[in-house]
Formats: sequence, C-alpha cells, structure tokens
Amino acid sequence: MGLLDKHFEDRNIVITSVDGLMNWARLSSLWFMQFGLACCAIEMMAAGASHYDLDRFGVMPRATPRQADLMIVAGTVTIKMASRIKRLYDQMAEPRYVISMGSCSNCGGPYWEHGYHVLKGVDRVIPVDVYIPGCPPRPEALLEGIIKLQEKIRKHSLVEESGVKSSKS
Amino acid sequence: MVGEEILNILKEKFGKVIVNWKVKGVYNPYARIKPENIREVAFFLRENSHLQFDYLMCLSGVDLGKGMLGVVYHLNSISKKHRFTLKVDVTRENPNVPSVEMVWKTANWHEREVYDLFGINFLDHPDLRRILLPDDWDGYPLRKDYQVQEYYNGIKVPY
Repeated sequence: MGLLDKHFEDRNIVITSVDGLMNWARLSSLWFMQFGLACCAIEMMAAGASHYDLDRFGVMPRATPRQADLMIVAGTVTIKMASRIKRLYDQMAEPRYVISMGSCSNCGGPYWEHGYHVLKGVDRVIPVDVYIPGCPPRPEALLEGIIKLQEKIRKHSLVEESGVKSSKS
Repeated sequence: MVGEEILNILKEKFGKVIVNWKVKGVYNPYARIKPENIREVAFFLRENSHLQFDYLMCLSGVDLGKGMLGVVYHLNSISKKHRFTLKVDVTRENPNVPSVEMVWKTANWHEREVYDLFGINFLDHPDLRRILLPDDWDGYPLRKDYQVQEYYNGIKVPY
C-alpha cells in the first residue's frame, strides 16, 4: 500500500468495492510468462532491464506458467511451437491474460505469405487481450501494451452483468 | 592444391563415376559424381594423403527442376588448406543417395535437414528423422512444387 503509506495520522478505514480491490491487486502484479521466440524477446528483455524497468509496474518475468498471470508472446510463432503455446497457456491459472507482441505473433508478420511453417497470428490458438504492433516494438510500446492491459483489468467486475456472458473460457 | 590437381587425382581413381566437372573460372571447383558412388569417393577424399579432406563444411539439398534433385557437398581440408565441391543428382522418383555420415559425422544432422526439407533419402543413415519440422508434417517444403497445407492438426495454415 505504498500510495497510502504514512498519509494518515491515526488508524483509518479505506472504503472501496471488492471489484476495485481485486482489480487493483491483479493489475499491480502482472507476473508474465516469458515467451521470447525471436527478436521481440530482445526488446522484451530490454523492457525488463533497468532502463525501462518493468518491475515498477509490478511486472516481472516467470519461467513457469504456474506462477504467471500474463503471457507475453514475443516473436515468431512456428506451427511446431503453436501446440506448446496452447499447452502452456492451459497450464496458467485464471485469471490469465495474453499480450501478443510484434507483427509475427499478431498476424504472421513478414512470413504472412511464404512462411509455410509460421502460424499466422497467435490468436489462432489462444485468445489475445492486447496486440502490440511493430517489428520489433520498442520497449515503450510494450510498456504501453501493459498499461492498456491494466486499463482493461481495471474495468473487470466479479459480477456478471445482465446479458453479458463471462469472458472466462 | 588447386581444383584442377584435386580433380586429376580423383579422375585417376574414379574416372568412370565422374559425370562432369568445372574447375576453371569458378570460385568453388566441383565434380559431379554418380550418386551410388558418393560414399567411396568421399572416403577416398578423406583418406588420401595428398587430399586429406577432413572437414565437411556444408551439405545442402537443391531442387534443380525438371524432376531432378541434387545434393552438394562442400569439403575443406584444414591440414592442406584447400577446398573442393562434390555434387550428385537424383530423380524425384528415386531420391536415394548413400549417406556419408560414416565418413564425416557432421553429415548426420545435415542429411536429416535435407531429408526434412527436400525428401532425399540417405541410405544407411543411422537416424533419418525430420529435424526441424514436426514428425507428422506432410510434404517437403523446399521442393519447388510444394503446396502449403490447408490445415495442420486443426490449425489453419494459410493467411
């Protein structure tokens, strides 16, 4: 609770909704499954290093899907890799989010026509929350993608709105 | 040793199995060998004391068109500091080439890659499986007439 730390002289009560608290907790600790597949992974590493410092958003890399909330698919997804991505996505605990980073994982990128071995968009195997264009996107673009995802999470609700189906799959 | 001298040593021993050659005015002098004899030629090139081709730099597959496939062997001698290239041509109907894995161990994965992408069979290869593509892939993608499959395991492949 760094924001509220030492701001009160006496013990106090903060009133918020459960939704607000849950969403705040979720969006402030997006641990991501590192899925570096090509040159986008270099930019993702740069975004994680001290200059851009993903850690200040509570975003840090995990090497296992069990500890991850977010999967950043960074790079060219080959068809051979697609089934592995699907399996690792299935192993992540809900709620889980996916950022597709770079043109290759968005739509096949430069391999869209002659790449017999490239999956034309990772959204053919797993649902994607945020697409980041670029070849490769700069770390700033990845940061913006993560902020966009945080905005999306901020609007989530535990209550199922009438007429709207839950997005949980 | 220059390409011409290497070719002459080769011709002396294997005059009948050399189909054609080019050693002048090319960066990589080569001799085209009958495919069924490639292993003995390779073994001779490695063992001959004047040649000592101890290093297979690259083994590549080629689709030559007109129903022909080819394999190209780029050889180098570290001790003698010279190079030579061998080529073989096979038909698509009968794409069998003896493996040179027992001559140069490097050939193991190179031949698997050529098998994977061109469908050339390397006879007596100890472990001829696909190396890059999934095991259940259909077709050989670097052949000129390769058609991209519509679906692979339920995933749509074309854009």
